[in-house]
Amino acid sequence: MFTYKRLLKASTLAAYGVAMLVSTAQEQVKLGQTISEASLAEFDLIAEPGGMGFPPGTGTARQGRTIFETRCALCHGSNGEGNSAATVLVGGNMQSTDSPLRTVGSYWPYASTVFDFIRRAMPANAPKSLTDEETYQVAAYVLYLNGLVAEDEIMNAQSLPQVRMPNAEGFIDQSHIQ
Amino acid sequence: MTKSSKGQNKALDLDRVAANGLLSRRHLLSAALGGAGLTMARPVIGQEPGIKLEIPAWSKTPGPGTSPYGSSSAHAQLERQSGFGNPLYPGGGASRSPLQHLQGTITPNSLHFERHHAGIPAIDPAGHKLVIHGLVRQPLMFDYEDLLKYQMVSKIYFLECSGNSGALLYGGNPDGTAQSLHGLVSCAEWTGIPLSVLLEEAGVLPEARWIAAVGADAASMGRSIPLDKAMDDSLLALFQNGEPVRPEQGYPMRLFNPGWEGNTSVKWLTQIKVTRNPLQFRDETSKYTDTLPDRSSLQFTFPMDVKSLITSPSGQMRVTQGGIYRVTGVAWSGAGSIRRVEVSADGGQTWGDALIESQQLDKALVRFSIPWRWDGAPAVLQSRATDSAGNVQPTRDAVIAAKGTINRYHNPCIQSWGVNTAGEVTNVYL
Repeated sequence: MFTYKRLLKASTLAAYGVAMLVSTAQEQVKLGQTISEASLAEFDLIAEPGGMGFPPGTGTARQGRTIFETRCALCHGSNGEGNSAATVLVGGNMQSTDSPLRTVGSYWPYASTVFDFIRRAMPANAPKSLTDEETYQVAAYVLYLNGLVAEDEIMNAQSLPQVRMPNAEGFIDQSHIQ
Repeated sequence: MTKSSKGQNKALDLDRVAANGLLSRRHLLSAALGGAGLTMARPVIGQEPGIKLEIPAWSKTPGPGTSPYGSSSAHAQLERQSGFGNPLYPGGGASRSPLQHLQGTITPNSLHFERHHAGIPAIDPAGHKLVIHGLVRQPLMFDYEDLLKYQMVSKIYFLECSGNSGALLYGGNPDGTAQSLHGLVSCAEWTGIPLSVLLEEAGVLPEARWIAAVGADAASMGRSIPLDKAMDDSLLALFQNGEPVRPEQGYPMRLFNPGWEGNTSVKWLTQIKVTRNPLQFRDETSKYTDTLPDRSSLQFTFPMDVKSLITSPSGQMRVTQGGIYRVTGVAWSGAGSIRRVEVSADGGQTWGDALIESQQLDKALVRFSIPWRWDGAPAVLQSRATDSAGNVQPTRDAVIAAKGTINRYHNPCIQSWGVNTAGEVTNVYL
């Protein structure tokens, strides 16, 4: 004879059984295919602030001027003056009395970001079309236009991430607020 | 005046909850339940001369049959509104949800706001990979078809661009609508795999503190996300309101960080690199950082603040005298659920509690309303939300006092809709 207690017990067990089945099933769903970091050499474009992820190659601003003229100046102007607030690359002063113009030179805290962003997203009409050498050259030219490196200074995986950015200390990390 | 309308007006006066015509939310509730239809009824019932209802033409002709993918009525065409993009860079830009024409809390997929940094990639899921590598025991690569075999969760969450409502900070767009001023917020049911499940499969190493998420768009847009968030409630979202995530929302898969600025929910997700430190991508240094009056800039400002706005009546709408309006809007918070929404009709001097019409879910839109009788005098309508953490939506003055006007991100300020004597509703700055 069924009693309420028995029913309760049976349903609890049934629920438990279902939960166990689900939990077992979930443990078995592991469908990631193992790969090696080496297999990501062409896939992982991240150039880190500490220098990790920068490819081999070198470039100077003097070399970068020509490619900048042909590939970048349409939006950014020959001297980085831009054709809009979104495309200006040089100038600005964070301590100006007016609302400050924020550019690579006045605002960006890390030089690595210049290389990283050009490599992954520029030129906007043909991203990832520059070679690593050209990317170093263009990054060097953008840093040169901002007075941050000399025209013949060699930019590579070691030197570029170490270029000192004027506003490097201008940011307050809020990531603890989640 | 008839006896019944006299009695009605007396009852309305007694139920005033704030100045300038705001009435108790009980009026809307009771009307909805059919208990006291008087409050929403026309003043005179059953005395319209000359009305003779007939069977309409559409009831006499069979209509078209089924369709493979439905569409909205020709009489109810809603559209997203795009800004002026850069002609040299057409893939960038944003479109905004028509908030003033939506009801409830769920944004239809076709009307969910968009923000792209290099256009929408045309992804064949068969060729799309999700890679998890970096500080993990074993780097892994996932195929789309395999990911569909994982257990999923479904959650209703809002998504808001951190640049939403930015125009209010500099006092722009006086002709703005709810859509043009605030349309970079939407809400959907997102279905996907808890990111923690996939990260655990790869085996996160003890020294890891962040993940870098990168999309498969032409900008390979990347954001750094604290590992704590990724292991908490971040989703690898594969479905949106029941159907595969739309291309403009990240098809075949996107990251979804509940309650956080929209840009962190990287679309077309293809790479997760587990790291010790944030990687300082362009969109977390040059952009999406909040410069303060002292010229320091807040970085990694993730949660979206408690916020609300009245969507009807709102900018470019018009009210007429004599009736009772259902003033309605939406509220949300990245810090939890919405606990309370108040409405003012006198520019914030007096407030009345609105009715929350919807479920009060964590990090999701809620719908509120309050009855309002406009007497023809100028009015300023505002709403003010309070969330489950006790945060109260600030005034515009308070936001500007705290963060200045250089910054354009993370503006949760109270919206003021002015109503003039002609009944025209406009965006006003008090």
